[in-house]
Amino acid sequence: MDIHEYQAKEILSKRGIKTLRSVLCHKPEEVYNAYKTLSSSAAVVKAQVHAGGRGKGGGVKIAKSADEAKSIAEKMLGMNLVTAQTGKEGKLVRKVLVEEGAEIIKEFYLSLTIDRKNAGIAFVASAEGGMEIEEVSKNNPEKILTVPVNPLYGLKSYHILEISLFLGIDKNLHGGLSKLINLLYGAFISEDMSMLEINPLILTGSGEFIPLDAKIILDDNADFRHPAFKDLVDENEEEPLEVKAKSVGLNYIKLDGNVGCMVNGAGLAMATMDTIKEFGATPANFLDVGGTADAKRVETAFNILLSDKNVKGIFINIFGGIVKCDMVAEGVVSAAKNIGLKLPVVVRLEGTNADIAAKIIENSGMNFVSANSLADGAQKISKIVNG
Amino acid sequence: MSILVNKNTNVLVQGITGKEGSFHAQKCLEYGTKIIAGVTPFKGKTLFNGSVPVYNTIKEAKKECRIDATMIFVPAGFAAAGIIEAVEAEIPLIVCITEGIPVIDMLNVKAALNCSKSIMIGPNCPGIITADECKIGIMPGFIHKKGSVGVLSRSGTLTYEAVNQLTKAGLGETTCIGIGGDPIIGSPFITFLKKFEEDPETKAVVMIGEIGGTAEEEASEFIKSNMKKPVIGFIAGKTAPAGKRMGHAGAIISGGKGTASEKLKTMEKNGIHIADNPSVIAETAKKALNL
Repeated sequence: MDIHEYQAKEILSKRGIKTLRSVLCHKPEEVYNAYKTLSSSAAVVKAQVHAGGRGKGGGVKIAKSADEAKSIAEKMLGMNLVTAQTGKEGKLVRKVLVEEGAEIIKEFYLSLTIDRKNAGIAFVASAEGGMEIEEVSKNNPEKILTVPVNPLYGLKSYHILEISLFLGIDKNLHGGLSKLINLLYGAFISEDMSMLEINPLILTGSGEFIPLDAKIILDDNADFRHPAFKDLVDENEEEPLEVKAKSVGLNYIKLDGNVGCMVNGAGLAMATMDTIKEFGATPANFLDVGGTADAKRVETAFNILLSDKNVKGIFINIFGGIVKCDMVAEGVVSAAKNIGLKLPVVVRLEGTNADIAAKIIENSGMNFVSANSLADGAQKISKIVNG
Repeated sequence: MSILVNKNTNVLVQGITGKEGSFHAQKCLEYGTKIIAGVTPFKGKTLFNGSVPVYNTIKEAKKECRIDATMIFVPAGFAAAGIIEAVEAEIPLIVCITEGIPVIDMLNVKAALNCSKSIMIGPNCPGIITADECKIGIMPGFIHKKGSVGVLSRSGTLTYEAVNQLTKAGLGETTCIGIGGDPIIGSPFITFLKKFEEDPETKAVVMIGEIGGTAEEEASEFIKSNMKKPVIGFIAGKTAPAGKRMGHAGAIISGGKGTASEKLKTMEKNGIHIADNPSVIAETAKKALNL
């Protein structure tokens, strides 16, 4: 799960990592007061949204007075911040972080990620701080260092030395960077992160290494041992339908098309989306209803699909494993009747009693069409929505 | 012949008295799987289903019987410990069905596996089945039929889709394995591709991948240099947006890496027979086998 910069910095700070003093604000007046409180010669006002590239989009501004900070905040709060990661519609800025200024000698890039290939944790470092790392990786891969750490042995001094040497850190500054890297590694594991990105990491005039920005992705699967995770969720940052689906245990992701999809299993759900596209229509969503596609779940799923006004038709693709297809078919029909569904629905049910299920669908009296394969269903629904 | 499991495989079930564990252990027994013991803490000296002895620990179970494989249904918070218990007990094949194990825990599991001889399938997977002989997992048994194609997949129901086609097309399957949908899994495609290449009954292999990571790319290179048997490939997620986790924890395009098109390009270059959509998997297999 994604969290805000200010939350990421709170986590780092709790683990003994020095961060700049800052105040979270929701109103321009608060920003004015925050500037006064920080009593720094300059402060930075930063939009708090779940997206990178904020600087380029106008979401990070320097203020040299409390009045300037306030007037920046007046424009920033309530704006739709568009960055390379938000899409055209942008993200509404609801809060800003006001942070004291710092004398920057040099900027670096430092991150920790899960190294899928080596089943370990990897540090990624670059002296090209503040740049988009994907760009650096594409144009100047030699400017990026990856240091894999074997979790069995843990982080060792030679890993850190390799990073220091690559970044051109002097011997007298190596101790400071070493301490920071050790703390970051410890935080990554203890807090169950799947990504920790500091871009830029700055070297200040007083010889300290400080994260100027911090992006953390936490591993949702570890929430059972981190009760505090739930307090970090900001539902405003998520697609409302995705939040609603999640609350009832459905896995839903909104897309731009007009065919609502209801499928059991993540892989089959993706394959269904792909096949719809192949037949000339576009999927409106990813939706995995899970193994037990009973009437109640199907009804909830229908409601979520129907909340998306772009949806012109629905394709239900269920591979009945252990659950029998006729039971699923009855569930689908009763759910559709319950909510008075009007949209055309193509239903493909495969598995035990698929033939009985097809009859239930055909004789439901609803606007239902039965399909006998994934391709058949995708073709039928595409024809329907394309008119 | 088949790979890894057959009618003589002695199977232990970890978490046999839980809701999922007991339901699926029962289904496996009905399929003919030799489930010879179960493990649940503090349920030792009882019987599952009136016939399968339950032990408190794997250590206790091992004293009484030979264990060739274990099927794990332990809840996510305890699953990593369950897997490592099986590794320490030197169980040759570990099949972990559990979904939602924290990634950091899986790093430890992988490190333990690397120092052992055990092979692990999963987690977050449907399991392994050798048609008409042994089912260790949650897949519907009835769609499988003994035949000539090996199946490997990162998915669950999409695997059933492929198997169903292979069965209906008269090709049938030798062994089918769901390797798991998580970013860190016990074994990559390559572990099983090697075994299918050596298995005389397997004539071709279907490999079903999806967006995220580079498992398919690594498998493709292995296939090109080490396999004579035809491999049929499919990748789910051509229409998946970047940066979103598509259900499976491992199915995410990050930093522009792990896209379906990138994977398909590498697979095609390495001589894999690509099925353009999931409905033509069996058809593509037939063509690859010149049938």
